[in-house]
Amino acid sequence: MSTTSTTEESTAPAQAPAVPRAPSRTGDITRRLLGTRRVLVGLALLLLLTALALAGPLLTGWGVGERDFSAMLEGPSPEHWMGTNRTGQDILTQTTAGLRRSLLIGLLVALLSTGAAAVVGAFAGYLGGVTDRALTWIADLALVLPGFVILAILSEHFAGRGGWLVLVVLLAAFSWMVTSKMVRGLTVSLREREYVQAARFMGVPPHRIILRHVLPNMSSLLIADATIMVSTAVIGETALSYFGLGVRSPDISLGVVIADGAPFATTAPWVFALPTALLIVMVLAVNMVGDGLRDALDPHSTSHRS
Amino acid sequence: MGKFLARRLLNHLVLVLLATSFAYLLAATNLDPRGYFEQMQPPPPPEAVDSRLDALNLNDRTPLAQRYATWLGGVVTGDFGRTIQGGDVASQMWLKAGVTLRLITVATLLGSALGVAVGAYAAVRQYGRFDKAATAVSFLVLSVPTVVIAIVVQVLAVTVNDGLGLQLLRYSGEYSAGFDGTWWELLGNRIHHAVLPTLVLAVALFASFARYQRNMMLDVLGADFVRTAMAKGLTRRRALFRHALRTALIPTTTYFTFTFGALVSGATFTEKIYGWHGMGAWLIDSIFRQDVHVVAAVSWFMAVTIMAASFLSDILHAWLDPRVRV
Repeated sequence: MSTTSTTEESTAPAQAPAVPRAPSRTGDITRRLLGTRRVLVGLALLLLLTALALAGPLLTGWGVGERDFSAMLEGPSPEHWMGTNRTGQDILTQTTAGLRRSLLIGLLVALLSTGAAAVVGAFAGYLGGVTDRALTWIADLALVLPGFVILAILSEHFAGRGGWLVLVVLLAAFSWMVTSKMVRGLTVSLREREYVQAARFMGVPPHRIILRHVLPNMSSLLIADATIMVSTAVIGETALSYFGLGVRSPDISLGVVIADGAPFATTAPWVFALPTALLIVMVLAVNMVGDGLRDALDPHSTSHRS
Repeated sequence: MGKFLARRLLNHLVLVLLATSFAYLLAATNLDPRGYFEQMQPPPPPEAVDSRLDALNLNDRTPLAQRYATWLGGVVTGDFGRTIQGGDVASQMWLKAGVTLRLITVATLLGSALGVAVGAYAAVRQYGRFDKAATAVSFLVLSVPTVVIAIVVQVLAVTVNDGLGLQLLRYSGEYSAGFDGTWWELLGNRIHHAVLPTLVLAVALFASFARYQRNMMLDVLGADFVRTAMAKGLTRRRALFRHALRTALIPTTTYFTFTFGALVSGATFTEKIYGWHGMGAWLIDSIFRQDVHVVAAVSWFMAVTIMAASFLSDILHAWLDPRVRV
């Protein structure tokens, strides 16, 4: 981010028209991104899904969790566009509400875990010595801890109001380690660059150097990683919720809706089909964007492209 | 090399101890075995609950440190305590471990072999029709949670069975209850039941291996030694197999061992949905049963498999790649 602002500052005062515009990283990346069809399709799908999730309550006249006792487990009808489940809840309403929560969980987990990975990795790599060893050891330990078991044990705390936030924190707590190792590796090589050394010799404190010079220079990696993390978190949440160990009712997420519908998958396919299809489309879209981002941002990976 | 491996092994042992202890302490403080007994119908008198909890070393009125010490003392001698119903955890654990290991061994071998073959071929024909199709398929599969794959396959199996009017595909349990026959009939019955869950696991693995192997192979294909191999007169096929693929397989072995280690917990969903009584399904059930010792034992097993996988990959890597052996 600081790179873009410095290039803008340097181009703005230059009035001589003969000087070609300094190549801007943001413009370059945007052009490359828009040139990748995958990213465009993924973004469009995500926008559509978000619109659907937000517009859900307006589309149907039913409230989340509201039951229509005159229509239980009935197929699509003008009353219920996507049918109802066993207890007479409108599938479209439930699914859009679940989608909203799942998207939110995915975004928050990605934000938290990538943030933690960036801070831990950068401090470990930049400071070195005891800090490095301690942080690396913590990351190793977190990798060994059976995250799935711990999430399952603590699952009773996910019930109640705001309980899903606990789930978000825990999901993030078990997904930052690998990224932090990558960040650490990059930091170690960035530490010896001239601009970092210049800042150090000017007496800028380490935490400012890390936040202003080291992390912005690996923002591409972090953004791509955060995107992939969204889909990982959503998949994890779905799996836990499926066993009743994730988001608890009356709270709702896509995993909860899918788990409710799964027993009826053969007899009443509409209960199961819509939430599952939306989940797959969502994860697919996020992965498309993330994959495309990684290619556009990482000059080394272009050869791997399909 | 030996010293390096010894240090790694010691480090792994410490990590396993920490991970298991952490899981035990968390389970002991968060699960509620007392509630399990108090909910029984008819409700037992409080003294009986207390004495039962004491006998199982699960009493929440005993200090946590004391319970932990008793438990750890047992674990060191191979005794993982009792289940909440009074059974021996260690002997049950090996039974469940056997089920899980059977399932994931076949699935990882199948999935990785297929994935490596498809990924390597796709890389050789980069941007060809096969490559595009393989990439699209693996990308799609990776975007579908295993839970969904498992359920969809189950639904398809039901449809196929109904359509044919016979039990062509089995989707529940590890073998037919009460089925009796000669040993090959029993074996056939087990294989019959194993087809679908193995397939579900293998499909997901296939996708990640295909993508991984394709990238590794692409890295190698442009390398000088492959060009040299062809330049000195080897046929393209021979150069690709003997030189390119062999080198590109080295990182894949590391990936393979880790996948295998991680799959012990990763197979949970498949086990649970297909009614296999393996490690993962045991864990889920025991959490609902407030069974502290089982949860700790499963955590121990998962930590050990991951550590063993990591250790094995160190050895394999050193064996396959001479550059590591310094």
